[in-house]
Amino acid sequence: MNSALRLIGRRAISSIPVLLIVVIGTFFLLELAPGDAVDAYLVSIGGGDAALTEQLRAQYGLDQSPLSRLWLYVTALLRFDLGWSVGFNRPISELILERLPNTFYLMGSATALSFVLGTALGIVSGARIGSLRDRLLSIGSLALYAIPSFWLGLVLSVVFAVQLRWFPTSGIETIASGKEGFDRVLDIARHLVLPVSALSMIYLALFLRVMRAGMAEIWRQDFVRAARAKGITRPRLVLRHVARNALLPVVTMLGLQAASMLGGSVVIESVFAIPGFGRLAQEAVGLRDAPLLMGIIVVSAVLVILVNMIIDLIYAFLDPRVGASERNT
Amino acid sequence: MSALIRFARSPEGLAGLVILAVLAIVAALAPLLFPGDPLRIAGTPMIAPFTDPSLPLGTDRLGRNVLAGLVHGARASLIVGIAAAIVAVLIGSIVGTLAGFAGGLIDEALMRVVDAFQIVPGFLLALAFVSVLQPSLPIVILAIALGAWTGPARLARAEVLSIRERDYVASARIIGMHPLEIALREVLPNALPPVLALSAVIVAGAVLTEAALSFLGLGDPNIVTWGSMIAEGRAVLRSAPYLSIVPGIALIATVIGTYLFGEGLSAMLSRREQQS
Repeated sequence: MNSALRLIGRRAISSIPVLLIVVIGTFFLLELAPGDAVDAYLVSIGGGDAALTEQLRAQYGLDQSPLSRLWLYVTALLRFDLGWSVGFNRPISELILERLPNTFYLMGSATALSFVLGTALGIVSGARIGSLRDRLLSIGSLALYAIPSFWLGLVLSVVFAVQLRWFPTSGIETIASGKEGFDRVLDIARHLVLPVSALSMIYLALFLRVMRAGMAEIWRQDFVRAARAKGITRPRLVLRHVARNALLPVVTMLGLQAASMLGGSVVIESVFAIPGFGRLAQEAVGLRDAPLLMGIIVVSAVLVILVNMIIDLIYAFLDPRVGASERNT
Repeated sequence: MSALIRFARSPEGLAGLVILAVLAIVAALAPLLFPGDPLRIAGTPMIAPFTDPSLPLGTDRLGRNVLAGLVHGARASLIVGIAAAIVAVLIGSIVGTLAGFAGGLIDEALMRVVDAFQIVPGFLLALAFVSVLQPSLPIVILAIALGAWTGPARLARAEVLSIRERDYVASARIIGMHPLEIALREVLPNALPPVLALSAVIVAGAVLTEAALSFLGLGDPNIVTWGSMIAEGRAVLRSAPYLSIVPGIALIATVIGTYLFGEGLSAMLSRREQQS
């Protein structure tokens, strides 16, 4: 337990400079934008005179130099203050916190589905490399891997929501349904079936391929031959010896894909009109709300770091060698 | 020559090559097959496919020729996909080579930048980049490359770390070559093959990212792309779903073709004999 904590601590410290690069890079990228939040706001209210513009700029601190604003931003960030969204006229951290749960439901379910199904099918495929089953699954995973998630989402909603009417077309829950407790959970789950399927297919294919490739590698190793010579049953050989050792790269891939999945949820949330974190990013773009976009990028970077810390812990649990090397340092 | 034979021996690579060749020919001939702007109005809106011989795939909500859009869309997808991958591999291999070869503080600093790019979702970064700099083809290419260069950078660095201990690098050092010259002329070319094998995956990813960006309305508004066609068809998804479905199938075919080609490429570049 102690070594796990130390592992987390070391990861946290090493991610501080990386996060700082993200903040500085994003800040200067958004500096390049023609016009600022005040311009966007003035357009939305139908224009204003120079005095009002000056007053608003001073109010939001936009009249200062970029460097002093960057300094203000970083110091505010240390207090978990992400600034003020001009587009929504609300604190950014409040907006993001409000949207995050919906994205967590979407991404959590998609991760679980793609990981469980992907590794299971990968084991089926990798159990006998080169068999008919393996070839069919390989072709199928290649096709799935090539399907753009937003297009799959549209097709799924045409078939299952418009034609068959099995699932709702959009939203995260039925508006003003007054549902509570378990009914509400069921309602949200029903709304999530299509978006989760659309988002997870590409990762399912990826995990399947990584698992299969890992197993193909392990089959050639000496300890497999030793286990075989020992006379253990085939299911035990496949699961306990081959699949178990091939699982580590899949877990690594899970961490590597966290950022990509967060990006993918932007499009999926837009297709299914889910008021989540990703859709907030698209709304920020539409409203030309640079501080909000900046907050979203910084928070997503923090989320990816956190997911990778969890993955590190899982990794240390699965592979005792990782924890052992940590104990020695 | 033996490399070409290895490529020809892999059935996946050949299949991918055929798909990509057909797409490339269609894309190259687009101005001849369908001269003029594919975004102009060609007939009455919402002609169903296979009803009018002059408009084989019908028209969309605004009366634009769907087949012309598909053919011109192939151009945009291939150009963006390939250009973004070239930029990404170029930036990645230069940064990776410098980091691996220089070592020490430079390596540390460059790799932290790589980390920073890796923890920001590439799609979010592209979204921010395009929205800040106004959508146009070069900006979209750059935006996609920004999220894709870290893979090649890591791979190039790992290769360089193993190559720089070899004898010919030591000899280059002894004859007094400038370190930068050694890095770029001796080490980089030898570190490149595995990075190139990765490039097909990057092209496929770039094609998908471009489609998603233009689906969200962040592509170049003056160019027809498959993503923008899918988004356009969304408005009439209930009555005419084929308007969104057809460009998606073109997209899938392109990505599958690229992956298959990539499998052939890695079979070609791997020095070991492929075991079947």
